[in-house]
Amino acid sequence: MDQYFHSIRIDTERCDGRMKCMRVCPTQAIRIRNGKSFIIEEKCIDCGECITVCPHNAIIPLTDPFGELTKFRHTVALPSPALYAQFGREILPEKILSGIKKLGFDDAFDLALTCGEVSFAIQEYLREYKGPKPLISNVCPTVVRLIQVRYPSLIDQIIPIDTPRELAAREIKKKKSKQLGLKEKEIGAFYLTPCPVKMISIKQPAEKGKSHIDGAISISDIYGPLLSAMESVEKGSYRKALENICILGIGWAIVGGICRTLRLKNSLAVSGLGEILKVFDDIERGKLRNIDFIEAYSCTEGCVGGSLTVENLYISYNKILKLIETLEFEQIKACPDIREVRKLYSQKYFFIDGKLEPRPLKPLDKDLAKAIKKRKEKDDIYESLPKIDCGACGAPTCLTFAEDVVKGEAELTNCIFNLPQRFTDLSQELSELLNKFTFLSQTKSHTKKTSKKGKGIK
Amino acid sequence: MMNNENELSQHFEITGGDFSKAGKTSTSIKEILQEIGIDPLIIVRMAIAAYEAEMNVVMYAQRGVLTLNITPEKLRLKLEDEGPGIENIDLAMQEGFSTATDEMREMGFGAGMGLPNIKKNADKFEISSTPGKGTSLNIIICLDKKG
Repeated sequence: MDQYFHSIRIDTERCDGRMKCMRVCPTQAIRIRNGKSFIIEEKCIDCGECITVCPHNAIIPLTDPFGELTKFRHTVALPSPALYAQFGREILPEKILSGIKKLGFDDAFDLALTCGEVSFAIQEYLREYKGPKPLISNVCPTVVRLIQVRYPSLIDQIIPIDTPRELAAREIKKKKSKQLGLKEKEIGAFYLTPCPVKMISIKQPAEKGKSHIDGAISISDIYGPLLSAMESVEKGSYRKALENICILGIGWAIVGGICRTLRLKNSLAVSGLGEILKVFDDIERGKLRNIDFIEAYSCTEGCVGGSLTVENLYISYNKILKLIETLEFEQIKACPDIREVRKLYSQKYFFIDGKLEPRPLKPLDKDLAKAIKKRKEKDDIYESLPKIDCGACGAPTCLTFAEDVVKGEAELTNCIFNLPQRFTDLSQELSELLNKFTFLSQTKSHTKKTSKKGKGIK
Repeated sequence: MMNNENELSQHFEITGGDFSKAGKTSTSIKEILQEIGIDPLIIVRMAIAAYEAEMNVVMYAQRGVLTLNITPEKLRLKLEDEGPGIENIDLAMQEGFSTATDEMREMGFGAGMGLPNIKKNADKFEISSTPGKGTSLNIIICLDKKG
């Protein structure tokens, strides 16, 4: 598979090559070529960091426009639980779901409930699992891609339980098609997403199967219309709305939510790509063998920190946390029936179809001997560079620049620190040429003179 | 050491007691192997061996130098450290034996798995030590002949 679908596109009209994206990219996937940003597809893991830092909004997440709804006879919205964190504390999921229905969806489905079921399923899986530990949550598609690209040896430690969004879409389509007498493909399931990476997990699932979801709509796109739509939603009872919230599921919006609500003792919750890299390095070294489960989110604080959310991520994190605390305090446990989940679990209801395969980066060369040689060249080139990572050459670091040169994707002369040397070389070449020329013209004029002498002046 | 063009040799200096940088060397080694396109399973074996070797220097020695040699046939990791050395190598090679302090154990080290773990991941493993001077390790992992 050489072609990767990415959820991020660069608008070359708007981009003026300010390098902010290039510097922030955690996998060094961005270069500036001819004054514009350029994404190396193979290296991109769709984390969305570049979207947030671009001063010109030139990096565009490829989510679906609202118009896509008309392609289906029946549409269902599946909001990420992160959406529940975008509004004030008084606005509970029930109201948000009613608001969504006013926006043109035929139905809105509370994913928190499915999240709760999946939490239980994870618990079951953890209980019977005997392989190498820790197991790693697959809820964040960026993390799954990071493992495929940089930690292929950890791939079998990714939990093979499908994500709530996929499971919910699958079940809703089954149910609705029966209820409404429609074909499954006539029903459109739309995920309301806090980040662009969910879009690729829909268009190109990491497991190579097919997604049950038909499109993703950005939370930031829907926020304004939803806010006004909710104004006309009748005020229901707060207490009743609270009682409908699945405590196990609501936690999926924030890092640590799964572990906390399941009360997993031997687990870790990590967020932010930099931190994840450290933890995954430790897993690879076998240092975390005594940990059962790791919840990892590429965005800081989990999905509430996604680049397509609106509310300040700490405020939304806090809203979810407070909600969990309230539900705990009030002892409200609107959870799926664990016996029912166990039954479904034993029927393989929760498992992913397809298998995750590693996606390691292309080596410097397919031939090992050549790759070794190129790696040596890379070291030599790097040693000749200033090592200040100025970025003027269009690569984020001197090291990546050296790699680009060895791969034939950049010229050594792109480094501005090579300019003085180039000038010296050029001027030397020039003076040599000049010398040659004057020598030639001298000998020429000499022969001319002699010939002139012979012929005399006209 | 022959220096032909098919051989890549890289040195890494490790400072004893510097836990803040512990693990950096084995990460660099892993990255080099990934760039060259070594089989991921072999990379894991080498990364674990390198990490344990590195940690032995950090925990017990004053300083050490790890040298990674790569040829199309094999990976070799050599460690030379200046430190207390090992009194009884046979004992140190036993799983579960460790001279780690309580602080080290507190940090999750010193389970007595280090040297046995290196041996387990290597195709060839040699160790020699002079008490009071230092220890040297020679670790070889063979590469399959593949296309």
